[in-house]
Amino acid sequence: MKRIEAVNDFVIRFANVNGTGSASANNLFAKAVFRMGIPVSPKNIFPSNIQGLPTWYEVRVSEKGYLGSRGGVDMMVAVNPQSMAEDIANLEPGGYFFYDSTKPLDIRYQRADINYVGVPLTDICRREYADPKQRQLFKNVIYVGALSALLDLEFNVLKDLIGEQFKGKEKLVAPNIHALELGYQYAAENFKCPLGIRLERRNNVGDKILMEGNAAIGLGAVYGGATVAGWYPITPSTSVVEAFEKYANRLRIDPGSGDRKFAIAQAEDELAAIGMVVGAAWNGARAFTATSGPGVSLMSEFLGLAYFAEVPVVLVDVQRAGPSTGMPTRTQQSDLFAAAYASHGDTKHVLLFPATPKECFDMSAQSFELADQLQTPIIILTDLDLGMNDNMSEPLVWDDSKVYDRGKVFTAEQLDNMKERFGRYLDVDDDGICYRTYPGTHPEKGAFFTRGTSRDEYAIYTESGDAYVRNMERLLKKFETAKSYVPAPELIPARQETREGVIFFGTSTASTLEALDQLAEEGVHIDALRVRAFPFNREVEDFIEQHDRVFVVEQNRDGQLRKMLIIECDIDPKKLLSVRYYGGMPITARNISRQIHQLRGGATVTKIRRKAG
Amino acid sequence: MTYIRPNFRHPELPRNELGYARKDYEGSLSTLCAGCGHDSISAAIIQACYELALPPHKVAKISGIGCSSKTPTYFLGKSHGFNSVHGRMPSVATGANLANRDMVYIGVSGDGDSASIGLGQFAHVTRRNLNMLYIVENNGCYGLTKGQDSATADVGSASKKGVANPYEPIDLCTMALQLGATFVGRSFSGDKDQLVPLIKAAISHRGFAFLDVISPCVTFNNTPKSTKGYEYVRDHLAATGTMDFVPMRQEITANYAPGFSKEITLHDGSVIHLYKQDNSYDAGDRNQAIQAIQRFKTKGDILTGLIYVEPDSPDFHEIQGTVHRPLRDLDAAELCPGSRSLDAINANLR
Repeated sequence: MKRIEAVNDFVIRFANVNGTGSASANNLFAKAVFRMGIPVSPKNIFPSNIQGLPTWYEVRVSEKGYLGSRGGVDMMVAVNPQSMAEDIANLEPGGYFFYDSTKPLDIRYQRADINYVGVPLTDICRREYADPKQRQLFKNVIYVGALSALLDLEFNVLKDLIGEQFKGKEKLVAPNIHALELGYQYAAENFKCPLGIRLERRNNVGDKILMEGNAAIGLGAVYGGATVAGWYPITPSTSVVEAFEKYANRLRIDPGSGDRKFAIAQAEDELAAIGMVVGAAWNGARAFTATSGPGVSLMSEFLGLAYFAEVPVVLVDVQRAGPSTGMPTRTQQSDLFAAAYASHGDTKHVLLFPATPKECFDMSAQSFELADQLQTPIIILTDLDLGMNDNMSEPLVWDDSKVYDRGKVFTAEQLDNMKERFGRYLDVDDDGICYRTYPGTHPEKGAFFTRGTSRDEYAIYTESGDAYVRNMERLLKKFETAKSYVPAPELIPARQETREGVIFFGTSTASTLEALDQLAEEGVHIDALRVRAFPFNREVEDFIEQHDRVFVVEQNRDGQLRKMLIIECDIDPKKLLSVRYYGGMPITARNISRQIHQLRGGATVTKIRRKAG
Repeated sequence: MTYIRPNFRHPELPRNELGYARKDYEGSLSTLCAGCGHDSISAAIIQACYELALPPHKVAKISGIGCSSKTPTYFLGKSHGFNSVHGRMPSVATGANLANRDMVYIGVSGDGDSASIGLGQFAHVTRRNLNMLYIVENNGCYGLTKGQDSATADVGSASKKGVANPYEPIDLCTMALQLGATFVGRSFSGDKDQLVPLIKAAISHRGFAFLDVISPCVTFNNTPKSTKGYEYVRDHLAATGTMDFVPMRQEITANYAPGFSKEITLHDGSVIHLYKQDNSYDAGDRNQAIQAIQRFKTKGDILTGLIYVEPDSPDFHEIQGTVHRPLRDLDAAELCPGSRSLDAINANLR
């Protein structure tokens, strides 16, 4: 019998039923691997449902630090009979199938090329616990205990984590550790431990953290000075505002009075959510909302108004597979068009593309700065994969000397000292960005009436075509100015000089970089550019110009990033070759390298590699 | 079309206690049709703000889309204004109010803006008890798109096109009452004596103050068969009573006629005096208010005046528990938790 042999380099998948408390046990497993100094990348694969349907939790363990989805499963922890046929089929040859052996396994589930690891979970629980609820909960903990023996997952690390998890509820610590021991003992007594795949302590995570991108964005909004959030619940964005509230309740309470230095309004719909943000930002507060694709559609009218009226708005779009009755719990990068050109008339919006929780935090804080500086909507485009999974990340950093730059806002004193007449839409500095005033600033000066267009440089009503065009051209100039404000792309040069490049963004990053390593080993060298914002900076255009052909990796059907590059940078379409995956699971390195091989046309047979590296 | 209005004003115009003349509360010249009820409402708002001696720049005017929503340009020229999105004034007002609780918010809407496209936002801003004056300039039709019936048009009412409206109307005052509005009044653009004190009281009310003002559309909906025309409304007006309004700081010096049957003290200390009130009508009884509107409607009459007031209720900021200073005035020192807190958060994520 073939056995997969690997140290610190495998994929383990847990097949559970949602609503059974498996999430915290699986989380415990991933965190313990992380605590052993081994890079880890857990992903929730869950249905659009609260209770009863199959759910999976996949953990990629990669000593080399590859955090993207790899594809394939080396060990399956199958505790859901409902999905067992599928789970068996998905296992790699030589893989390990961990199952509840209380009842003998159905003959249909026999495969000759995999290793079976049966632990009578139900039986152990029945013997130990009288309460049916406890039986269910501890079953999860027992399999983590068994894995500790089977994979050399350090038992003390698990014990420490249990202690931290139940801090303040100490009486739960001992029963949980006991459950871990039950699993550990059974596995140790009945199997040759460890299995072919196993863990060994390393020092490869440094001071990194494990964090969900949505939480990092919520926290970034606290640090970035957001005081008003208007929102409407929608998966997978809901936890952004929930995190903002959680952190603000901890960090933004006035110590004397207990009053809140923030306000959160759960709106009646997405139209109202963005309307509140527009109203608050118009009145001088930093304000944001978070939504997903269907919400962006509903917010589009207001986004247009904010663009034309030049109101600084921050919108977080946690992308998912569309449409409304689409696959709300699956990931995609498919809202680029919808976000970049949201609304009617000629509109374009600034987009930010974070790729890690640290970048979620940084870009969230920065988005408020950019919105104020550019007086326009800023849209953070993240996705379910980054937002709702624990992602390994550099730690969050804040510079305490930082003050908020509220952009071009006239104070009462500045209005008093002005000789000229105040004009809200006068391009005084020739960068397309004008000076605004907050309502209530000065008794006599600086008031203006806000409209979309149909006004002149002094915000006086006019339907003159010339005035309209002047304004629209100035907005274009402002969009040019934005190129020097938004984050620059990250260049990752190939080890050898090459005429080929690859462009990608957000959650396609880890898999693309891993694919480039694979290709480099085969002698194919490709320069990489991670785009971090729209409008595309000069560096993006230069990169394309410097290469003969450029692959564009993204997770949508239509190659939206590629098309935007063609349109916005006036690129010959033949030069940009599209690499796409949009099935709702994160794109894998294997998939990317296979597609690049195919597009290059050279190697017709791609070596399918079981493992990365 | 060009409008020229003389800038000259007599130097001895009366001024309010802040030193502002009435003209300081005016806006640019109206571009609405001559005789439009909306212009009378703008004039009443100007008069009310002048009499209340509000600092003009401390008022924010917010509107949606439509004839009514154009009017904020025609009053309070020293105030910031925002002509936003059709039916979405309430959300913009909500955000603006959250950003700065120290200003007065006047939201202007119409019957199309509030009873059709914006019915959802109207309902929810009412539930939030946002501290604002929400005024609907109600003419029963879509003026700016040339006279289609709106959702407040009565069954059988006919506009210029002559076709009787077959659909049940939405009564915004009744809705506001059902949704928990804490100040509800109805008036008529042609009744300045009633409208000005109502606006003053509504602005002084802490919480959501809703005014439905019947405002005839002279161009499209002022026919003999229309129930929102001048003639019909004048013939069918009924009032809960007459009232005057005494701002808190005028209480001592003002010399008001005695004889009021009831007085209501608002949260800021100002007082509403009710006169000639039907003694059985209690403006503090929500159920009775809803019934009264319905009773008058059944008779073909329009009940006007102060319909309901609940002077002490927590507004949206109090429900939220926000700090007393405007959120927009807080700087990084007050808002940013700093690197030490972040280090602790990092430590918890390892």
